Amino acid sequence: MYIDLVPIWTGILALSVFMYVLLDGFDLGVGIMSPFAASDDARTLIMNTVAPIWDGNETWLVMGGIGLFAAFPIAFAIIIPAMYFPILIMLLGLIFRGVAFEFRLKAHKSRFLWDHAFSWGSLVATFAQGIVLGAFVQGFEVRDGQFAGTVYDWARPFPLLVGVGLVFGYVLLGSTWLVIKTEGSIQLWAVKWARIALTGVVAFIAMVSIWTPLSDPKIAARWFTWPNLGYLAPLPIATGAIALWLWRSLDKGRDIVPFFGAIGLFAMCFLGLGISLWPNIVPPSISLWDAASSPRAQAFLLIGTLFLLPIIIVYTGWSYYVFRGKVRADTGYH
Amino acid sequence: MDEGALFLSRIQFAFVVAFHFLLPAFTIGLASYIAVLEGMYLATRREVFLRSSNYWIKIFAVSFGMGVVSGIVMPFQFGTNWSRYSHMTADIVAPLMAYEGLTAFFLEAGFLGVLLFGRKRVPQWAHFFAAIMVALGTLLSTFWILVVNSWMQTPTGFSMQDGRFFPDDWIAVIFNPSFPYRFAHTVTAVYLTTAFTVIGVAAYHLRNRRFMDESKVMIAMGVGLATVLVPLQALIGDAHGINTLEHQPAKLAAIEGIWNTQKGVAAVLFAWPDEKKEANDFEIAIPKLGSLYLTHDWNGEVTGLKAFPPKDRPPVPPVFFGFRAMVAMWCVMLLITIGSWVLLARKRLYETDWFLRLCTWSIPVGYVAVTAGWITTEVGRQPWVVYNQLRTADAVTPNIATHDVVVSLALYVVVYAFVFGAGAYYLVKLVRAGPAAATPLPPEPEHRQRPARPLSGA
Repeated sequence: MYIDLVPIWTGILALSVFMYVLLDGFDLGVGIMSPFAASDDARTLIMNTVAPIWDGNETWLVMGGIGLFAAFPIAFAIIIPAMYFPILIMLLGLIFRGVAFEFRLKAHKSRFLWDHAFSWGSLVATFAQGIVLGAFVQGFEVRDGQFAGTVYDWARPFPLLVGVGLVFGYVLLGSTWLVIKTEGSIQLWAVKWARIALTGVVAFIAMVSIWTPLSDPKIAARWFTWPNLGYLAPLPIATGAIALWLWRSLDKGRDIVPFFGAIGLFAMCFLGLGISLWPNIVPPSISLWDAASSPRAQAFLLIGTLFLLPIIIVYTGWSYYVFRGKVRADTGYH
Repeated sequence: MDEGALFLSRIQFAFVVAFHFLLPAFTIGLASYIAVLEGMYLATRREVFLRSSNYWIKIFAVSFGMGVVSGIVMPFQFGTNWSRYSHMTADIVAPLMAYEGLTAFFLEAGFLGVLLFGRKRVPQWAHFFAAIMVALGTLLSTFWILVVNSWMQTPTGFSMQDGRFFPDDWIAVIFNPSFPYRFAHTVTAVYLTTAFTVIGVAAYHLRNRRFMDESKVMIAMGVGLATVLVPLQALIGDAHGINTLEHQPAKLAAIEGIWNTQKGVAAVLFAWPDEKKEANDFEIAIPKLGSLYLTHDWNGEVTGLKAFPPKDRPPVPPVFFGFRAMVAMWCVMLLITIGSWVLLARKRLYETDWFLRLCTWSIPVGYVAVTAGWITTEVGRQPWVVYNQLRTADAVTPNIATHDVVVSLALYVVVYAFVFGAGAYYLVKLVRAGPAAATPLPPEPEHRQRPARPLSGA
């Protein structure tokens, strides 16, 4: 094997994680907003906007997890045990919200129970994912290629801050998704939520952008030394421009633009994260190349992935196309 | 290493995977059954198939949802509690699991929405196609996960470097010695599980004299499938056993309750295996029969458990009794299949209440059989996680403490009890409600209609 597959696998894994964050992000966001819906019918309607697709969205989480396992197993064997409790809480949250889609429509007297399962499950899963992200940026204590910290290392201010930030982020995705998929009073309600979420997201982006370079001199050096400063300056500027564009599009009552504005904001954050941490997959010490699986394993999986991923994107796209357009009260899926 | 964390991690894995597998055990077969019903409807245009399909799709939606969420838990278990295993086997196991995701999970999820909610939004052929894709996805998932499991049972095609497994030959990894048998045995088992669930549900409605048309179709299709698969499963199981004798002799000795290596071994029907005495109490056995079905020779030699050092033996009672429970369930399936044919010949199948009641009570047989079979094969693999290569004790995450696993296991037990309990309740409600009258499909839009007669298209 003469080609270095690590950059390709880094790209595929990054794509899977990004797809997951965008796709499950919006349906988790809808879940977090669901208890504030004006009525039971409104709640059913907003859940129907994601009912046919949430399962496919969540599949990207499995793909991200197994992709890490397959391409960078040493990172998997360090990060996942270190995140023992956040992952446990995330999984239990996803269980509650996942079953709620079907259960709440079968329940009568106990429907409120599954409404709670849906909203709390979404909230807890999102918060836990944010903690994982924050702890990841914060880094892991590693000795002899194994995790050497405690399973409570995530319980520090920075991961918890990122956890709250991600809740705002997913609500931004969820509310702008609802702007696309709904109309009338529900759409107005979603616009209101999008504004709150956008304000929160911008505040948290600012906090994280100040906190990380202050706490990690290597990250500070990456961003604030010449010539990097010149190359990287467009990123924060673009982030600000997208936030402004998103706000203005909400003002103008645009349907589709806000959602793509939210995607743009996530893309900028994702890019910034990559720039800060490159080339590490287990910050601060283990690089992508250190953690990679053997070229034979990476090559075997790559052949299938390059062939299957485009097909997956086509039929997933078809599924979104089938359920295109505004969801109305009479769309009754059940 | 923490002995308590090891033990509890094993219990936790067994718990989450056992509960998870109850759902695929049903939905793999059900996805295929729905595809068949959809196909029959398209071919015959008989509404009874449409009503039956809609009925099972509703039940599928609830059970598949539970299967998905409990399945997401599984890959993370490898990382949280078995990080040594993940570290050492990733180069082989992880790409196979990734292929499961790429070929199966996305396929299921991508077409599930259309199958569940899309009947009025897509042409009928596209809905049928979605049903086939979901069914195909479930089978591909079965394929890959059993590749992983079989490789752990009978590992081939690898070499060890720095204490890690590396792939040398992917064909040898995938088509390892036990895979073809395990795959055939498991697919047949889950199809039978679905068949006996469908039979039991149809029998319930027949006994209440409701939904007669649908129930007659369902019970006929279920019994038809069982007629082929119940005998076939005996042949596959026999071949699987011979494969185990060759590749995992210690497991086979535990299954059979054989302690001493000998020729012409007896078939032990019942016994109480005592690991301390290295002998069976209360043994009821048929002389020489064991050698006959294991080696297909009255005097064939079978290795006993004493040939293995105690530290390399699996725990005997779970393996021994798990196997017998599985075979007992097969016997119930055989009796119901024969009984159905006898009553059918006398034209009394749809009216014989005691038999219909027996069918309904027998809904659990498939679930018990797959769980018992799974205990047999997984406990039988012990003390290894990768047979003869990596001990389970060396696979656990090094730095988790007993109290951490106590917390996670307790949370899984409480949440699963609540969620699966509620799920079972809603499933029973759905099953009892029976098939709804089919909502007439809107006529196909003009541009989608093919000309009814060749001339009208001109």
